[in-house]
Amino acid sequence: FKALFSNYLDNLKNIINSKAISKTEIECLICDFNVLLREQINPGKANGLDRQNFRSILYNKFGMSDAIIMDAVFRTFDTDVDSFISVKEWIEGLSVFLRGTLDEKIKFCFQVYDSNGDNYITKEEMFHMLRNSLIQLPNDEDPEEGVKDMVEITLKRMDYDHDGKVSLADFDKAVREENLLLEAFGTCLPDRKSIRGFEQQVFQHQLEK
Amino acid sequence: MGITLSRAAQWTTASSNIGKLEFTPMNELLLKEILSFVEEFSSQHPQQAEHVFKEPLQWTTTLVASDFKTDYDISDSVVQSQEKDSEGHPLLLLSPPNVYVRSFSQLCKLVHLTNDKKLEEVRACLEDNRNPVVKVLGPSFAAELEGDNQDETRLFAKVKEEEEHKDTDDKVKLFLLLQNLDKQLLIKLLHEISQQVELNPAAVKNEVEMLKRSCGNGESRLLKSIQYTSDYEFSNGCRAPPWRQVHGEICYLVIEPCDSETLYITCSTAGVFLNRGEENDYERTSDTYEDLVSLLKSKSPQFAKNINKQDCAVQELPSTQKIQHVESVDAEEQGQPQRSYEQQEKNVHEKARQQHTANKAGGKMKYEPCPRWKDLGLKCLHSEVHCFCSWLLFSKTSAGALPVEVFSESSTESEEEEEQPERRPESNTDLPSEYWHIQKLVKYIKGGDQRFTVLTLCTLMDFNLMQETCQLAIRDVGGLEVLINLLDTNEVKCKIGSLKILRKISSSVQIRRAIVEMGGLQSIVKIVDSEEEELMALAAETIAIVARFPKARRTVRQYGGIKKLVKLLDCVSNLANLSVRQEKDVEIARCGTLALWSCSKSTRNKDAIRKAGGIPLLGRLLKSPHESMLIPVVGTLQECASEESYRIAIQTEGMIKDLVKILGSDNDELQMHCASAIFKCAEDKQTRDLVREYKGLQLLVSLLSKADNKHLLAAATGAIWKCSISMENVAKFGEYNALEVLVNLLTDQPEEVLVNVVGAVGEFAQIPENKATIRRCGGIKPLVNLLTGTNQALLVNVTKAVGACATDMDNMVIIDQLDGVRLVWSLLKNPSADVQSSAAWALCPCINNAKDAGEMVRSLVGGLELIVNLLKSTNNEVLASICATIAKIAKDKENLAVLTDHGVVPLLAKLTNTTDDRLRRHLAEAIGHCCMWGSNKALFGEAGAVAPLVCYLKSKDSSVHQSTAMALYQLSKDPNNCITMHEKGVVKPLIHIMGSDEEMLQEAAAGCVRNIRLLALANRKVQLFY
Repeated sequence: FKALFSNYLDNLKNIINSKAISKTEIECLICDFNVLLREQINPGKANGLDRQNFRSILYNKFGMSDAIIMDAVFRTFDTDVDSFISVKEWIEGLSVFLRGTLDEKIKFCFQVYDSNGDNYITKEEMFHMLRNSLIQLPNDEDPEEGVKDMVEITLKRMDYDHDGKVSLADFDKAVREENLLLEAFGTCLPDRKSIRGFEQQVFQHQLEK
Repeated sequence: MGITLSRAAQWTTASSNIGKLEFTPMNELLLKEILSFVEEFSSQHPQQAEHVFKEPLQWTTTLVASDFKTDYDISDSVVQSQEKDSEGHPLLLLSPPNVYVRSFSQLCKLVHLTNDKKLEEVRACLEDNRNPVVKVLGPSFAAELEGDNQDETRLFAKVKEEEEHKDTDDKVKLFLLLQNLDKQLLIKLLHEISQQVELNPAAVKNEVEMLKRSCGNGESRLLKSIQYTSDYEFSNGCRAPPWRQVHGEICYLVIEPCDSETLYITCSTAGVFLNRGEENDYERTSDTYEDLVSLLKSKSPQFAKNINKQDCAVQELPSTQKIQHVESVDAEEQGQPQRSYEQQEKNVHEKARQQHTANKAGGKMKYEPCPRWKDLGLKCLHSEVHCFCSWLLFSKTSAGALPVEVFSESSTESEEEEEQPERRPESNTDLPSEYWHIQKLVKYIKGGDQRFTVLTLCTLMDFNLMQETCQLAIRDVGGLEVLINLLDTNEVKCKIGSLKILRKISSSVQIRRAIVEMGGLQSIVKIVDSEEEELMALAAETIAIVARFPKARRTVRQYGGIKKLVKLLDCVSNLANLSVRQEKDVEIARCGTLALWSCSKSTRNKDAIRKAGGIPLLGRLLKSPHESMLIPVVGTLQECASEESYRIAIQTEGMIKDLVKILGSDNDELQMHCASAIFKCAEDKQTRDLVREYKGLQLLVSLLSKADNKHLLAAATGAIWKCSISMENVAKFGEYNALEVLVNLLTDQPEEVLVNVVGAVGEFAQIPENKATIRRCGGIKPLVNLLTGTNQALLVNVTKAVGACATDMDNMVIIDQLDGVRLVWSLLKNPSADVQSSAAWALCPCINNAKDAGEMVRSLVGGLELIVNLLKSTNNEVLASICATIAKIAKDKENLAVLTDHGVVPLLAKLTNTTDDRLRRHLAEAIGHCCMWGSNKALFGEAGAVAPLVCYLKSKDSSVHQSTAMALYQLSKDPNNCITMHEKGVVKPLIHIMGSDEEMLQEAAAGCVRNIRLLALANRKVQLFY
């Protein structure tokens, strides 16, 4: 069984094809995944984490709180679109979360923000994501107007090819120019502190076992 | 006199008719003037003095009958003057306690009789005669005097009407005299009044506020408490009841000082004074002071002491005060957007106030775009400024946290940024579109969540933030507060964005100052040790830009920034091959060094860096192969090398080797910092040797070819100068033909280069062959030309170089031709002691080597007198150099005679008590030479110069012995001196000196002993044979 498992791991590693994450770490992640799976309210129903469970993980372990963004992150993790996060998807996603290069992160964020998956971030998508981001303005100005204004400005800034929407190439260029734009429309990557917390919990805890 | 008395004199406000003159300085002045007028009256205007008053002046006097002498008929206590008027009434009548006087001559005599009570008499007279003029001239005249009618013809007409007076002429003259006095008194008083400060309610209020803040506990507190007697404030700012406001009173205070009893104080427009402290009794019981602080200073010693401690705070004044005048864009006629604008401004205002409650006065009037200010106008600004000065005295204590830190910052801050006058568009119609855009964005930042804020910050970054209009726009719409507030949040991305913007806009002096004033620098310092690498680097970089003026540097230090920054330097030990991660660390270290570089311009920060262990870390970074890293590192080191401790550390940590290596790079800036680091460190001999050892000298000489870069040239020549203090180095420099290059640099260079070049030439000229080289390269002429300069550092070096050159006979001929001696001589008049002594030293070889030196010296008009007068200097170096010069001059008998005439002997004798060996040596030499004229030997003896000279033989310095022995030999030619010497036990040390190897010394010592011995023999003979 052990040999089989090791083989399986190797396979997995090949599929994931990430240098940043080691074999033992993958092992740990799989263990953790199994633990999480067992905690799921309806275990055994499907071979993976469901949306609700995934969202609570994002909230508890990675400090994300925006519902729209969390759903989008789930969608991005769920590459085979079966509404469950499989082991493979889990590890692929986490490798970006924990050890992702700037390229990987740009791609990841772009996918999160491109909610309809048409490979463009449109004005409407931006507006949807930023809808509640302007809390109040003095003099009872309509916050929505402000958001619209900002969307216009941002779109103008990112749309290098002037086609009225942001392609991956546009996004890539904009982020490389100004790193802060990576998570421009919502936090979809964990911050340093929660990464450290997660790694500590999963890797070291597992290694001790 | 009438007008003065009725309007200017300060009468007590008692209700009865008998007013009293108050005891104020102004009344005092008034009385004195009147007194001197009366005193001199009868001598200056004898005729008018006889004029009989219309009515007698009557007052209660302290005089008694016994005070009166001749010219008076004394019977019991009643005194009558012998002088009588036409009707036979005495002109003076004393019936105690009253006295009646009817003419100025009597008045004058009376005043002379009263001796020390003159003022009291005048005071009593004026108090009892509220209208003296009426009594003197009669009511009609007085009315004329009271009125402003200057028409004299009318006056005559009036006088003629009163024909019964025969002495009309006198009367008119008297009248004019009195009028004149009146005018003069008014002018004097006006002058006095104009010097007094008139207080206003706002000023008093501010002063009280600031004093309130300094109450409380703790040792440095100024007062226990300060309170108004009334809580109600009238709309005009006064607290005194309206019927007292009429008298100019503003409010009443009860102050408890720490060390004396409770003070009850009245503040009035005329000043501040103590009152009786009872209900409704505000009468003045003390002198009047111009403000509360000065009153408290005189009443409470502890207050005076504590406030003096903080006086240094005033130094800050100019810079801060100036900012106030930064008038912001007027929003007054902006129409539509103005409403929101103002409201938002109010918010910001609130925030700012919360942030710096201590900073109230300062924060209030700065940075905000204040349309309100316009309404208040200049007047308000003015009075605020007035109070601001006194407020500043307290700014330190009121802040509470940091008691008294001395404000002296490093003297190396010559490149201190200067306050730039703000350029502003003339009217708001010129406001650029960016302004409105930025204003909108700042509003978004306030209202948006983290995502929105980051997006807005990114948008803001797209503006040209290096442009002044954008920078000021951000400040004026309250953006700085917002950005600084973001620094205190937990949002990493917001902090990054904020810092990125702050870093850029800090290129403006005004923004830098504003950030510091708002406490933004503290927040930035806090971020330096955060966990996010990007934040650390950005924070350090921003500090590097902001900390370009003393207050900012102080802030960094006071909030522990230096320690944190030094910690950033501690990255990888091997800087050659770096991983990606290590590169990040190195980048942080680089930013840290940049920040330290900016901070290191303050002396205290240099200390702080050293104490935080920064020196070895800098030494490690010095091995980095990257110029971008080396520039700040070397920059910091060279800045700090002004401190002895750093110079030692740089040498012992082996940094000289690295510095020399870096000197070989091809980056001008880097080379410049390197060279100036060596410049500063090469004061130390070992360092100079190390520079030579690591082959740095050649590199330094090669830098001289970059003559276009003046900063580099100044640093390189400086390093060469200091290195050339070691003769081995000079020899080495000779191999690279450095001197030829240097001589070429003697013309057409800025002063900072010239100082160093000339310094180096002076050192090079210590070697004989170099003197010839300087002549051959035509260096003498430019050197002599430089003697006419004004830069003192340069003059010191030039005179030194000229002096060194003058030791060569051929050079001396040229110097003489160029009239160099006269130029050097005239530098003795320079106010700087360094220049004086350096010039005097240079004169020695000049006089020694010039042809016809005696004639040359005599030809300098007033030259010898100048020299002799410099013997009154208090600077030992000047004295020593002048003594040496005198010794040279005195070799010429004629000049010695002139010196003697100018009184050189007593001046030299007066100096003999010195303990400075250097001075002793040259002084003894001068005395020895001055003995050669006339009776000078004896004069030195009489002036008591001999005994101290004998003591010089106990000195450890052998050169002192030599010149002293010579001087003693000369002095011993006078028998009386021999006796003194013998008494002081001169023989024993002289015999010891006779054993010296030096022939001259032997001879002098032996000669002296011989003279003493001869005297003794002669004495014996006399005793034996006569």
